[in-house]
Amino acid sequence: MIDLIESVFIRNSLVVAFAVIGVTIWLSYLLADKFTAGRVHGSAIAIALGLLAAYWGGTVTGGTKGVADITLLGGIGLMGGGMLRDFAIVSTAFGVRLSELKKAGLAGVVSIIAGVIVSFVVGAGVAIAFGYTDPIAITTIGAGAVTYIVGPVTGEAIGASGEMITLSVAAGLVKSILVMIGTPLVARSIGLDNPQSAMVFGGLMGTTSGVAAGLAATDPKLVPYGAMTATFYTGVGCLLGPSVLFFGVSLFF
Amino acid sequence: MLIYGVALLATCLVIGMLVGQALGAALGIDANVGGVGIAMLLLVIASNSARFKGLSSGAAQGIQFWSAMYIPIVVAMAAQQNVAAAASGGLLALVAGVAAVVVSFLLVPVISKIGRSKTETQQSGEAP
Repeated sequence: MIDLIESVFIRNSLVVAFAVIGVTIWLSYLLADKFTAGRVHGSAIAIALGLLAAYWGGTVTGGTKGVADITLLGGIGLMGGGMLRDFAIVSTAFGVRLSELKKAGLAGVVSIIAGVIVSFVVGAGVAIAFGYTDPIAITTIGAGAVTYIVGPVTGEAIGASGEMITLSVAAGLVKSILVMIGTPLVARSIGLDNPQSAMVFGGLMGTTSGVAAGLAATDPKLVPYGAMTATFYTGVGCLLGPSVLFFGVSLFF
Repeated sequence: MLIYGVALLATCLVIGMLVGQALGAALGIDANVGGVGIAMLLLVIASNSARFKGLSSGAAQGIQFWSAMYIPIVVAMAAQQNVAAAASGGLLALVAGVAAVVVSFLLVPVISKIGRSKTETQQSGEAP
């Protein structure tokens, strides 16, 4: 019986994921309606439930892909993986006007470079405050605070230890998850309610998954603007991390 | 035809990814530089063109379907984050991640303002 269920679920993994995610979203909107009177967006609850499930999946299986490491729910890995995520992100650009993008173009570019440098400096500063004096360790942790991709790319390029690289990935994951949860909470107080500030937001935060989920839970109309700048961030981070930023740190340590 | 819209979307993404990867290679890094952003620009240009309006209305539906699937896909993405690793990263990882987010949040209004005052002065400059 269990074999039968398992074989059907595995063979139809993506279809199972559609059903499971659909039920999760239905439940989230119900919770948002009943318990918060619509004050908390249903999608914000759905994303939080997703993260909780991911934590549970990670602790149960010891894997790195959250709930997708559970055999019966493997399809979630495909549904929420890079390919379909990017496909869906690009589709949100449908209906965007070129004039809106041009209006925030310069601020968008400024925000990407400022975002990488600020996150790096803050991360490196925290590493120094924790007593690190080795420029390689400081740079790797700083790069992790940029994104969890920039951390290991930089760390490997400058010869950081495996332990440092793990730490930098953890810092990047904390950032990404906090952006997912925190964005709808702070959106109003940081003026995140128009295409221009969404582009600046995407460029400053840079974590594609964080920005994608954070804006979805705030106002789906802002998604294309934030996603547009965020996708350049990791590339810029990978470029600056092992070069300019590492040299900068080496000057002081 | 619905598939025309899906195919247009797919073509934009593939071209964007190719350009992003090539851009990364040209810069000497193993990362995709703005592939998704470039794909989005292509879709904006394509969907605003006169030729796109020549396609049947089904083409728009093919793109809007994926745009409506965006939030479900993001929920699935959240469900496969390595939350356990983030939680076990220790105090240093936690403080570094939180501090980076807080400072970046605070900068959003600052940099948005720079951009806005710039466009406002441009607009007033253009006015006769």
